[in-house]
Amino acid sequence: MRDPFKAICDDDLERRWIWISLIMAFVMGGLLGLYAVGANLHPPSNVETIDSSRLHLTEEFAEDNLGVRDNGDGSVTVTMVAARYGFYPPVVEVPANTPVKFRVASADVLHGFHVPFTNAATMIVPGYISEINTLFPREGEYSFLCNEYCGLGHDSMWSRLIVLPESARGES
Amino acid sequence: MNDHSKAASLGLANIWVAFIFFAVAALLGFYQVVERIDLVPALKSPELYFGSVSTHGVLMGFVLTTFFITGYGYYTASTSLKQELWNRPLAWFGFLLCLAGVLLAAVPLLTGNASVLYTFYPPLMAHPAFYIGAALLVVGSWVWCLEMVMMMAVWKKAHPGETVPLAMYGTTANAILWFITSLGVALEVLFQLIPWSLGLSDTVDVGLARTLFSWTLHAIVYFWLFPAYIALYTLVPRAAGGKLFSDQMGRFAFIMLLVFSVPIGFHHLYMDPFQAAGWKFLHMTGTFMVAVPTLITGFTVIASLEVAGRLRGGKGLFGWIGALPWGNPIVLAACLAMLMLIFGGFGGMINASYSMNTMVHNTQWVTGHFHLIFAGTTVIMYFGAAYYIWPKMTGKALSSVKLANTQLWLWFIGMLVLTLPWHQIGITGQPRRVSSTPYDESLVQAWHTSEMLMIVGGAILFLSALLLITVLFRTHGNSQAETNREVEYAESLHSVQRMPHLMNSFGFWVGLIVVYMIASYGYPILQFFLLDTHGTVPWSI
Repeated sequence: MRDPFKAICDDDLERRWIWISLIMAFVMGGLLGLYAVGANLHPPSNVETIDSSRLHLTEEFAEDNLGVRDNGDGSVTVTMVAARYGFYPPVVEVPANTPVKFRVASADVLHGFHVPFTNAATMIVPGYISEINTLFPREGEYSFLCNEYCGLGHDSMWSRLIVLPESARGES
Repeated sequence: MNDHSKAASLGLANIWVAFIFFAVAALLGFYQVVERIDLVPALKSPELYFGSVSTHGVLMGFVLTTFFITGYGYYTASTSLKQELWNRPLAWFGFLLCLAGVLLAAVPLLTGNASVLYTFYPPLMAHPAFYIGAALLVVGSWVWCLEMVMMMAVWKKAHPGETVPLAMYGTTANAILWFITSLGVALEVLFQLIPWSLGLSDTVDVGLARTLFSWTLHAIVYFWLFPAYIALYTLVPRAAGGKLFSDQMGRFAFIMLLVFSVPIGFHHLYMDPFQAAGWKFLHMTGTFMVAVPTLITGFTVIASLEVAGRLRGGKGLFGWIGALPWGNPIVLAACLAMLMLIFGGFGGMINASYSMNTMVHNTQWVTGHFHLIFAGTTVIMYFGAAYYIWPKMTGKALSSVKLANTQLWLWFIGMLVLTLPWHQIGITGQPRRVSSTPYDESLVQAWHTSEMLMIVGGAILFLSALLLITVLFRTHGNSQAETNREVEYAESLHSVQRMPHLMNSFGFWVGLIVVYMIASYGYPILQFFLLDTHGTVPWSI
């Protein structure tokens, strides 16, 4: 088969390099695609709107309903609100090796949400509900850090995540 | 020989504005690395810090770049086509419009009324003057886009069947790229932020605003990078004493950058809700495609340098590297730029990765990455190109080649000392855009050494910025005249017999971008008009 790049490139070495570059791009994209399909590994991409100025009037994000809820099927759901400058509730305890679904809404501006050394991360955008599905394999004390500039108090916006032993599952 | 003095004065005016604001921003950068740790308690102030970060970002990302690119573009167009400016008064009007925009935006920025960072971040609200100033800067830069497109069109009409010089082909590609990519932010600013900040509407749809900003946010870095690539392809090979390895590969790379860099902005939104995963995946595939022209550029530029090194008597597998004229500022800048591109490229692949990005999103890793690749690779080529064209534009020899080389080495060393530790604190979890780190001791202690190193890096970089201004300023008063005022564009090693029409024009490629943009941004934008967004009207008016 004739090399299609022959029309624009008459140097053998350079044509070989074009092919290597293209193959590298396809291999990298392909691997990520395989993980996306095979391991269901996607970035948080929930399309769901909410009125951020009335979070307290919704059922899900009313103050009393925030926090960890056992779903009864071996997984837990954590409902949180991010508002300048804190995450609510301020302490979250989840069992290790348990599927955790975070549902987070902002009451004011843009916030970020990241637990360092884990893949629990999302943007929190006013008007939309963020959703992350993850699992923490190791117990210990972690931090939620706000990683999006949200105003002059941004630095102090962080709170505590405690990952309990797996045996704690079902007790909350 | 044509007289390029008119383009030269326009070029000098633009690039001086760029570099003066650049030096101011470098000082702010140095303040920021010092402020972030508790070294000098008197400096602690989130108000000052975030005002400074916003100003630093606007000056480096919008002002240094736009003015350098327009100035260098006018001069490149005039010298490579050997043709007068298309409309000189209009070009000066564009320059003044941009400058007026910057000065207007400077007032709220410096008084702490626009501490919303250069990415705007609604619903944080800045003073309307900030958004209006930004809009004027963008509109002013469109004048340059028009001038470049028209200059190429006029030249082609006067030279039927001839091939547009590579330097101009790249410059026009960048003008088209910038016009298309700046439309996103222009729509956001004109229809959302300005009416909302003036109080004409109560709310703003943040999802739509962020989607529109992402339209601009990726390709804008290619707008910044383009002149660096143009200098690498068209000035460096000859300055190094050799030839350009392949003219057509340069064109191919420019076309790929143009087509693939705009419709892929969602890799900035990987972590956002409000866009479904499929769209993000589509944009990721394009993001990997846009790595291809950079890989090609790496090959062509290094091959061109090897040709030069061997022509200068370099022998063996690596002997040609030592034979390169390291004392020539633009060649030195090119070599250092390529080194930083290799480091920065790896980081970019991680950021681009659909799932790996989760670990580094919005950490200091990202800021470290873009400083390495933008402030490193791109801006060092701005310096190299400036050292090359300054004597041509002013007619005076460079005041000190030695000082120029020192400046470049300091910039390179400072950038590595700044950005390598910056990556480290990011990968160990430090969020970006914090003025202090009041977190758990277990997290914070892993950052201390790196933060101290970053101060050293910031100081070296600031010193280097001052040296740049000194060398260029003193060149104007140099008593020694420059003997060779011709901009010597590199010849191609492989002579081109007949350039395919598609590689000598842009009509087809612009059409392709429009189709690609509709496919990748059409529904993601449309959905905001279909979703029930609870009273937040998608458009402010």
